[in-house]
Amino acid sequence: MEGLLNQVPIGLSIGAVLLLIALGLTFTFGQMGVINMAHGEFIMAGAYTAYMLQDWAGAQAAVVALPVAFALAGAMGWVLERAAVRHFYGRPLDTLLLTWGVSLVLQQAARDLFGAPNVQVVAPSWLNGRIEVAGSTVPYNRLFILALAVVCVAGVWAYLNRSAQGRRMRAVMQNRELAACSGVATGRVDQLTFFVGSGLAGVAGVALTLIGPVGPALGTYYIVDAFLVVVAGGLGRLRGAVIAALALGMLNSFAEFWTNASLAKVLVFAAVIAFLQVRPQGMFTLRTRALT
Amino acid sequence: MRGTSLRYWAALAVLPVALAAGCGDAENGGGSADAGATIKVGILHSLSGTMSISEVTVANAEKMAVDEINAAGGLLGKKIEAVREDGASDWPTFAQKAQKLIRKDKVAAVFGGWTSASRKAMLPVFERNKALLWYPVQYEGLESSPYIFYTGATTNQQIVPGLDYLKEKGRKRIFLVGSDYVFPRTANKIIKAYAKANGMQILGEEYTPLGHTEYSTLVNKVVAAKPDAVFNTLNGDSNVSFFKQLRSAGVTADRMPVMSVSIAEEEVKGIGVANIAGHPVAWNYYQTTEGPANARFVRAFQTRHRGAVTSDPMQAGYNAVHLWAAAVRKAGTTDVEAVKKAAAGISLDLPEGKVTIDGPTQHLFKTARIGVIQPDGLIREVWSSGAPIKPDPYLKSYPWAAGLAS
Amino acid sequence: MSARLRGPALFAVVAVLLLVVAPLTLPAFRLDELAKYLCFAIAALGIGLAWGQGGMLTLGQGVFFGLGGYAMGMYLKLHDAGGDLPDFMVWSGVERLPALWEPFRNPVVALAAVVVVPVAVAVLLGALVFRQRVRGAYFALLTQALAAAFVILLVGQQGLTGGTNGLTNFYDFFGRDPEAESTQRTMYFVTAGALGVLYLLARQLVNSRFGRLLVAVRDGEDRVRFLGYNPATVKTITFAISAGMAGLAGALFVPVVGIISPSLLGVVPSLELVVAVAIGGRYALAGAILGAVVMNYAKTSFSEEWAGGWLYLQGALFIAVMTLAPKGLVGLYEQLRDTVARRRRAPGHPAPVKEEVPA
Repeated sequence: MEGLLNQVPIGLSIGAVLLLIALGLTFTFGQMGVINMAHGEFIMAGAYTAYMLQDWAGAQAAVVALPVAFALAGAMGWVLERAAVRHFYGRPLDTLLLTWGVSLVLQQAARDLFGAPNVQVVAPSWLNGRIEVAGSTVPYNRLFILALAVVCVAGVWAYLNRSAQGRRMRAVMQNRELAACSGVATGRVDQLTFFVGSGLAGVAGVALTLIGPVGPALGTYYIVDAFLVVVAGGLGRLRGAVIAALALGMLNSFAEFWTNASLAKVLVFAAVIAFLQVRPQGMFTLRTRALT
Repeated sequence: MRGTSLRYWAALAVLPVALAAGCGDAENGGGSADAGATIKVGILHSLSGTMSISEVTVANAEKMAVDEINAAGGLLGKKIEAVREDGASDWPTFAQKAQKLIRKDKVAAVFGGWTSASRKAMLPVFERNKALLWYPVQYEGLESSPYIFYTGATTNQQIVPGLDYLKEKGRKRIFLVGSDYVFPRTANKIIKAYAKANGMQILGEEYTPLGHTEYSTLVNKVVAAKPDAVFNTLNGDSNVSFFKQLRSAGVTADRMPVMSVSIAEEEVKGIGVANIAGHPVAWNYYQTTEGPANARFVRAFQTRHRGAVTSDPMQAGYNAVHLWAAAVRKAGTTDVEAVKKAAAGISLDLPEGKVTIDGPTQHLFKTARIGVIQPDGLIREVWSSGAPIKPDPYLKSYPWAAGLAS
Repeated sequence: MSARLRGPALFAVVAVLLLVVAPLTLPAFRLDELAKYLCFAIAALGIGLAWGQGGMLTLGQGVFFGLGGYAMGMYLKLHDAGGDLPDFMVWSGVERLPALWEPFRNPVVALAAVVVVPVAVAVLLGALVFRQRVRGAYFALLTQALAAAFVILLVGQQGLTGGTNGLTNFYDFFGRDPEAESTQRTMYFVTAGALGVLYLLARQLVNSRFGRLLVAVRDGEDRVRFLGYNPATVKTITFAISAGMAGLAGALFVPVVGIISPSLLGVVPSLELVVAVAIGGRYALAGAILGAVVMNYAKTSFSEEWAGGWLYLQGALFIAVMTLAPKGLVGLYEQLRDTVARRRRAPGHPAPVKEEVPA
């Protein structure tokens, strides 16, 4: 029973990681219907940003890198949107394949730039401690990730609901043509959406340096999980993504506790497939009468 | 509409012609390995994909050995020509490239492979074509193909000494952690049998998928079981996540040492020295191993590859080339059967020390060494078996292992 | 040549090239490689049907490829072992043959399972998913997750499936040594023949009433539903056919290459198949075949010359094709043909389109 309770904070922290890696996707996939397979490589770019910044920021690189990684990954996303993705709106399956090609190129580029082996990112020393919560150990770096996830979600929520730009973004998502008629520059909104979504991937990448490997294959470890969260949560729903990430994190944590890591992964997949049987378009959907 | 799509067969039709024109002639040329002006050997490792992290350096070490032999006058009066191929981290590709090296390039021997799966995929190709594979990585044992020479450790030269060391240190309650594939599962079977016979206790056995990165639940299970030591057979990137998350849970090397068998000098940097310093590893060679042969090897390798470290598998690949060359010299030909016969009993002073080829198993007599990871990222030897251990891939000489290899 | 004859004539030319010219000119191991490409081409044909015609982007085709391959591999393993356990079970510590393996002692059952099992899985999945109107990106991601889960399951059950090693080291393929050149030659002909027959069948299907319905579902599923058809049934049937093709491809792959392992079935290999179809041209069945052969040929020759470059080239090629020629090589060819036709059709001299002989 005690071990079981320990799994609750662990489930939360797994959920926080899932949320961080998936949050950017709720923008690009959710708002714009673009399946960005290069999202994983934007995460990787964030992680390498932290690595590069170690030279002058030293052990504090993981913190200093957060805004830099946001800008860098965001810029990469913006370039991708301008150069390629914008020709593909309305053809989500084509963007999927296109961005997969981009992800291959980025992976190989990372291999050529930084070498195939993993690189080392030293975590700030103040993140090395841990606290005891209800008999369970929670490392500071997990708390940091949790806090980062909360901050990002709050930021995204505020941006979408409180800022003029965010409202325009929602308008474009709900009805592109009507928004365009009402004077919203949809092209500009698309660019900004892609920038923010990719930037969030960069932030996630910095956070992941605290708990995982930093190497060219980094993105491939997380991309499938990230999409599972978005699919389960529903297109473009911030609330859906938050609930889905936490639910999958908890499920993963408990399933692994009772069985093993392999089976837990399979169970999570099975749960998402089963869930889509009940709610084919995810947890929260935009109701539409549009004809396909 | 009808017939439109059939038209595209035309484009398809061009292809076999291109194939035929592109490679037809060139490939029927060439005789046996002996006939030409050079002796060809194959170097078959993953130069791309996930395994390239580890295998590229082994391929480099093998190339260096080839160059050394050429610089010293070659072999049987001829230069050795290394043909490099990419296994692309994909087992069927390994099988097909092996076939290409044997049939098209007519190589005298192939040096290659890393994962057990790649070796298993290549094994039938070498056995049917009666060609030689030199496999340079420690592995799970229970195999002795007549057409493979194993220059890495088998279980009784790595895992068993690792357990002996833990026992000697009084670490008797062990937790097993591994990636979900052949090597860890077989290794853990051996460890469990050993533990039973030696009064050790196995507190848990956990496997994670290859490439797994979320270790908090597993760390929780390990910490809750309170073992004296962990025996770690995780592979590749998973080690990074495991050690980072283990450290942040407050586990230290002196309280709960993690004995690893897949982490060498190369991997330490990616894991982060701070995360792994103080933990023990089991191999047959470290960059710091003493002796003139190793000093030469490290210097030569670091001249070619600035800033590189040397590790056990690289060294085993380097050794494979020299051992093969010694066998060819002794046989006076590159003929596979003659080389096999000549190889038995060959003994060389190599970076890891004195190494002898065991004829019947085609494995090596190797010295087992336990090392501890230092804050500078290198590994310092803290225990060694003293003399080279006779290879025993089926653990026949260990009573406790009866029934394991049935 | 009249348009009616041109198609069959081209088919005959390709058949001659594949069945006569290639075996005569290619060295044995290149022919074996070509046989491997043709296996992938069969799987790609199925994707061409499901995705190109039916609009179902399936990113989990490796699962069906694997089911077929493992069915074949299990039979061969049992046959090699005689009455004993297959070798990998021995070293995995399995003591009794798992019940799942029992039926595969029988070659007829195993060969039937090659197609029946993938079809059954596809029908089940299709019935669940398509009825719920899961489609487009959701379907794609779902099948991708399926491929990921399938691989984890296969790798995790080492005693049952051989784990990451997969099934390999076969000694007897219906009385012949699978590594012998004569067997590989025979397998080449079998594979090329299977591809030809399946292509003709698929073409028949596309040109039938069912095929038109399928395209209609692709272009406007709801409209088809309003007309009184059930799109879920149409999609499920097509998906099942494509799964059956992948299964067959997997089964042929086993004797051709001599191994079936999880590394062939995961997310990346499944995606690569789709990529090949996209590059060849998804809207034409022949495009799928062309793409699979060209891509795999390029992959082999590139990794022989410049290993790391393959990823750049594949990525770059792919970006270029998707942006500039979304209909793939076949689309490019059509464009070229139309341009040529337009030039020829000078005012006053309307040259009949059917006159020109392509390539």
